Amino acid sequence: MDFLQTLKIALRALRTNKMRSFLTMLGIIIGIAAVIAMMAVGTGASYVISQQIASIGSNIILVIPGSTTSGGLRTGSGGAQTLTSDDSTAIMAECPSVAFSAGSVRTSGQIVNGNMNWSSVIMGVTPEMFDIREWPVVAGRSISQQDVDGAVKVCLLGQTVADNLFGSADPVGSIVRIKKIPFTVIGVLERKGQSPQGQDQDDAVFVPLRTAQRNLVRSQRTEIVGSIIVKAKSEELIGKAESEIQALLNQRHRITNSKEPDFSTRNLSEILAVAEQSAKAMSLLLGAVASISLVVGGIGIMNIMLVSVTERTREIGIRMAIGAKKNDILLQFMTEAVLLTMLGGLIGIALGAGGATVVSRLLGWPTIISIQSIMIAFLFSAAVGIFFGFYPARKAAGLNPIDALRYE
Amino acid sequence: MGDQRFEALKGISFDVVAGEFVAIMGASGSGKSTCMNILGCLDLPTSGRYLLDGLDVGVMAPDQLAAIRNKKLGFVFQGFNLLARTPAVENVELPLVYAGLHAKERRQKALIAMEQVGLSGKERNHPSQLSGGQQQRVAIARALVNNPAVILADEPTGNLDSSTSEEIMGLFASLNRQGITIIMVTHEHDVAAHAGRQISFRDGRIISDSK
Repeated sequence: MDFLQTLKIALRALRTNKMRSFLTMLGIIIGIAAVIAMMAVGTGASYVISQQIASIGSNIILVIPGSTTSGGLRTGSGGAQTLTSDDSTAIMAECPSVAFSAGSVRTSGQIVNGNMNWSSVIMGVTPEMFDIREWPVVAGRSISQQDVDGAVKVCLLGQTVADNLFGSADPVGSIVRIKKIPFTVIGVLERKGQSPQGQDQDDAVFVPLRTAQRNLVRSQRTEIVGSIIVKAKSEELIGKAESEIQALLNQRHRITNSKEPDFSTRNLSEILAVAEQSAKAMSLLLGAVASISLVVGGIGIMNIMLVSVTERTREIGIRMAIGAKKNDILLQFMTEAVLLTMLGGLIGIALGAGGATVVSRLLGWPTIISIQSIMIAFLFSAAVGIFFGFYPARKAAGLNPIDALRYE
Repeated sequence: MGDQRFEALKGISFDVVAGEFVAIMGASGSGKSTCMNILGCLDLPTSGRYLLDGLDVGVMAPDQLAAIRNKKLGFVFQGFNLLARTPAVENVELPLVYAGLHAKERRQKALIAMEQVGLSGKERNHPSQLSGGQQQRVAIARALVNNPAVILADEPTGNLDSSTSEEIMGLFASLNRQGITIIMVTHEHDVAAHAGRQISFRDGRIISDSK
């Protein structure tokens, strides 16, 4: 018996009981729609996280000062002023796994342009900082080594700061006052968006490191940096770079086994990889919950197929008397079940994709519907049909033709 | 019933020659239905042999029996047993579907068979749109379509009024004249009279066999 004929018979059987077929499909429709929607939300979430990872730059290690004890009070980590510009230079020169290293200081203050003013983060940085964070300027030029060496009073504006101080006007060449000191705006940075912690990374002003150390930050020594950001040469070298930095700084800061280190290193990619992992686990969990409804839908299919086999016992008898083999009957009922679930799967995919789009429009959640998830959903719905259709179909194929013919 | 053994047929033996028209008669419980099931390869004898067209059917597996039913036998039932919501022509095609013929060839043969039973023009009608006599004609066309060695008819006029019965029996007689072997179960003597040979059953035994 050819497949086309089997398909035709199955379609006719489904059309005979349109309402019943639809209700039976509904379980699969809801299950598949849920799986598609959940996977879309989950994939969207992990995409956002990976975007954020890219936005802070890849292969990054952060070196921050340790805590300090003064009069019995211990400050939190980063409180001590133990890292210097020289540490940063040494890391870049002496650690073979390090591509770039940049010390920076951070403060905050009021930035004024004419009658506009804006409070923002002020970062004192070296040119390497923009290489590490893969952060180009969109107008003007970036900070140069000469700017740093000469402690020149120039600044780069983040997009948020530029918007708030200059509106649509071009800030390049203008003079702004940072903590009452005049600085020339030499460029505007590309928009970077939110950090993984939800901070607006564009709400910042960048000045040459030495300018900041001398004029904007108060510290015991001018060469002190607040933190050092390091980029490893490759992803595989992050761990190696981290231990090289620790060894170097232990030596430079004369840290022995008995003395607590006055710095710590943090591998940012690692932290974010964990975040991404948890987003993936979440979407897997949601998918698992959704697939329970698929199983329930599958049981519904099995139930209805069993009813159908009983109802059509006489038809099965006729077909057998006329020459249908066991496999013909088996295939006929299997085709019916798989057709039900695959149709349900297709409708569910459309519904789930539509639902995901609506969710991302209404709630602003990013959703991504991958071809992969559609394929998985479709194959899964077919598999549900095969799995739950087999038992009823086998029951039909196992009927005795004489009994089946006599069935009223 | 159950585990209790019941002998439906007791040591019967007869031959049917190709081209014969045989009526099998008997009251209910006489064993004629069991005999029909065995002749129709739907049931196997517990002991003894049944040779169909020279083949020993008793040793065959279910799928082989299905193939035999498909190629060598045609069934006509009392209750017509057509597929509902299926056009007449597709009902006639059904044995050819399981024989593995292509759609075009199937349709061609089915149309010839429908013409043979006088149903040209009713191809697209569903069984529910046909009279009892017409439905039985569709069933006969379905039995004919694969050129079987034997047509087995089980009370073919049981659900029909007397004039339609006459028509159907006339159709069987004319098919028999064309050389088709027909074995028919009935309990009505005037229907059996159309056959060239009558075999009567009682309590699992043949009590008369007259030509």
